[in-house]
Amino acid sequence: MLDVAIRKPTGEVAVDLGRRGAPPLPVDPALSAILPHGLRRGSTVAVSGSVSLLLALLGTASADGAWCALVGFPHISAEAAGEYGIELSRLAVVPALGQHQQNWTTAVGALVDAVDIVAARPPARLAPGEIRRLAARARTRDAVLIPFLPRHGAGHGTAPDWPNADVRLSAAPGPWTGIGSGHGRLRARRVEVTATGRGQAARPRSAELWLPTAAGGVASAEPLAPVIPLVS
Amino acid sequence: MNVIPPRTAAVWCPDWPVTTVRLGSDVADTDVPVAVLVGNHVLACSHSARAAGVRRGQRRREAQSRCPELVVLPRNEAAEARAFEPVVAALESIAPGVEITRPGLAAIGMRGPTRYFGGETGVLHALSRAIGELPILRGTDGAGALIGVADGGFAAEQAARRGLVVEPGESARFLADLPVETLGLPELADLLGRLGLRTLGAFAALPARDVLARFGPSGAWAHRQAGGRDDRPVAGRRPPVEFAVELDLEPPVDRVDAVAFSARGIAEQFVTDLAAHGLACTCLELQASSENGEETVRRWRHAGVLSTTDVLDRVRWQLEGWLSGQGRGRPTAGVARLRLVPVEVVPTGAHQQALWGGSGEGDERARRALARVQTLLGHGSVLTPVLDGGRDPHQRTKLVPWGDEPAPTRSPQQPWPGQLPAPAPSVLLDPPRPAQVLDDAGRPVVVTERGTVPRPPVRFGLGTERPVAITSWAGPWPVDERWWNPEAARHVVRCQLVDVRGRAYLVSGTMTTDGAGGATGTWQVEAVYD
Repeated sequence: MLDVAIRKPTGEVAVDLGRRGAPPLPVDPALSAILPHGLRRGSTVAVSGSVSLLLALLGTASADGAWCALVGFPHISAEAAGEYGIELSRLAVVPALGQHQQNWTTAVGALVDAVDIVAARPPARLAPGEIRRLAARARTRDAVLIPFLPRHGAGHGTAPDWPNADVRLSAAPGPWTGIGSGHGRLRARRVEVTATGRGQAARPRSAELWLPTAAGGVASAEPLAPVIPLVS
Repeated sequence: MNVIPPRTAAVWCPDWPVTTVRLGSDVADTDVPVAVLVGNHVLACSHSARAAGVRRGQRRREAQSRCPELVVLPRNEAAEARAFEPVVAALESIAPGVEITRPGLAAIGMRGPTRYFGGETGVLHALSRAIGELPILRGTDGAGALIGVADGGFAAEQAARRGLVVEPGESARFLADLPVETLGLPELADLLGRLGLRTLGAFAALPARDVLARFGPSGAWAHRQAGGRDDRPVAGRRPPVEFAVELDLEPPVDRVDAVAFSARGIAEQFVTDLAAHGLACTCLELQASSENGEETVRRWRHAGVLSTTDVLDRVRWQLEGWLSGQGRGRPTAGVARLRLVPVEVVPTGAHQQALWGGSGEGDERARRALARVQTLLGHGSVLTPVLDGGRDPHQRTKLVPWGDEPAPTRSPQQPWPGQLPAPAPSVLLDPPRPAQVLDDAGRPVVVTERGTVPRPPVRFGLGTERPVAITSWAGPWPVDERWWNPEAARHVVRCQLVDVRGRAYLVSGTMTTDGAGGATGTWQVEAVYD
């Protein structure tokens, strides 16, 4: 490959002209442990396990000027979205499309054409052809498609799946802090997020995050100290 | 020279602001006195309120002191205009070119219809039939409407307020006895009153030249009106028509890309015609009709000025939505006719897009795509969230249809004591879902009036699902809102719960006491910390 790049005095590549395509969308520093290259434009990132993880994923890119759309999420809290850094004036919500699969594909397709990040909750049954077509459309339009899949075992009937996603992020919610029995309040939650995928993301990465932190938002959590047994 | 102003018929719906706010509110009973206020002054009031002494222009407090049971509502101008649309449409069925002075008052020229219907009586019959059939004006709770005919718009309005037909040439005499306040110019009326001129006739008797010298152009115009000499023709509500362009498709076309291809010529003509007059279009009305007569009309507003490509894009979006038949009213035949009408124009150069940032190209692209999705799915399908003021997580999120102004109802910056501290729950359940919050005996948890929990929550279940164990909980936090208003008052307790699966919920409970002094709680989930 042709090595054409604008370099900083330190030798670090500032702009790589040899790489085609737009630069990736930024993610929060806490998430860069699992997504070191940010959100690559044209890719599909399946998210499961936590709506907070989805909002955290959109936050930095949205604050940076990207447009986001949420399809099929009827009641996302604007307050929570704001806490993760999402710019509400650049966020569109398409709450319900009925159970018509065709409507869903049309709307998501139209949004992928113009919005930088489209997060969508797929309907119960989606033909594999439609999935391929949407992924291809996102690739040609340099958009990021984020199918949001429900937690395993939480859905009723057939849980939708999104095969061939470039990256899969899944959150395993951990304990909440700040709340006792009858005192305190919900402050922060430790969540272990795992990323698996193809290509660059083939090696599974995982990180411990505060999701949300006590002020709302996302931060990386120091690993807990190992448990030392008192009696060997 | 004495010019006879054109014969004009006016239709006046009394207390229109009251009628429309009543439509949108639960005050349907016409006996309840209602007043619509703008800036603390009464703009309009219902008949029952007027009977109690409420008058236009009074302060709120004065009106309420005269009529303590008065229901005071804010004005909704958009709703007024919207509700008036059927009346205008009914008038348009009699004669084109309806002049809307304001919602509630419209006028048409009589010359054409008089000839068509064979006399003024025929027109009046047709008019009363057309507007009499409208549900908003009919019946005991309808607004009612009055029709007046006179020479000139002002005289016709005054005739309509009294339900009169003034004979041709008699308008000046009809107006002569009316007080100067009728002109609707309080400052002028005050001044004329102090000059000793109390009727329109006395004002009209002044020489026109002196009135112009003393009161300026607006005074001169009032003077012409007072004398029944406003010879201004009835202005149709259509914007400059000479810039409208039309395309007849022969044979009709039922494919969007084919229509868009054929429309390129007229789109270019549309833009260059306007540009030749130093104008650019910011709002466009696109009308298309099929061979069988179905129509689609939509207005497209643009953040900047519309170029040829923008016009074609809008043609494509509107027809895609129409022809694909996602909404109702899918045409049964191909598109036969296309018409572009400029609704708003600005002088060229008055509008400049931001060079950097602001409404950049990406933003514009996204806005267009969202407008297009909205065309496909219908108004209100694409929403944008706004941070709103309130104590509940529900109240703090407001969804506004895309394209409407994203303005909060209440200011979110106010302190709102009692709101939940961060982090906010990510998913709201709207409406809240019933839940089971049970104590160790399996009964719903009760919070006492002193805010204590005698038996703490132990198990939790969403809806009718099997309750699971609660690992930790916090609260109860009482919420006692609007206690001064028995209808809007809300007394609940909020708790946060974490169940054994690690999911956290915000629940709210309402306590009820039965006759024997025992209390029970009804719980619902308001939000999930997902």
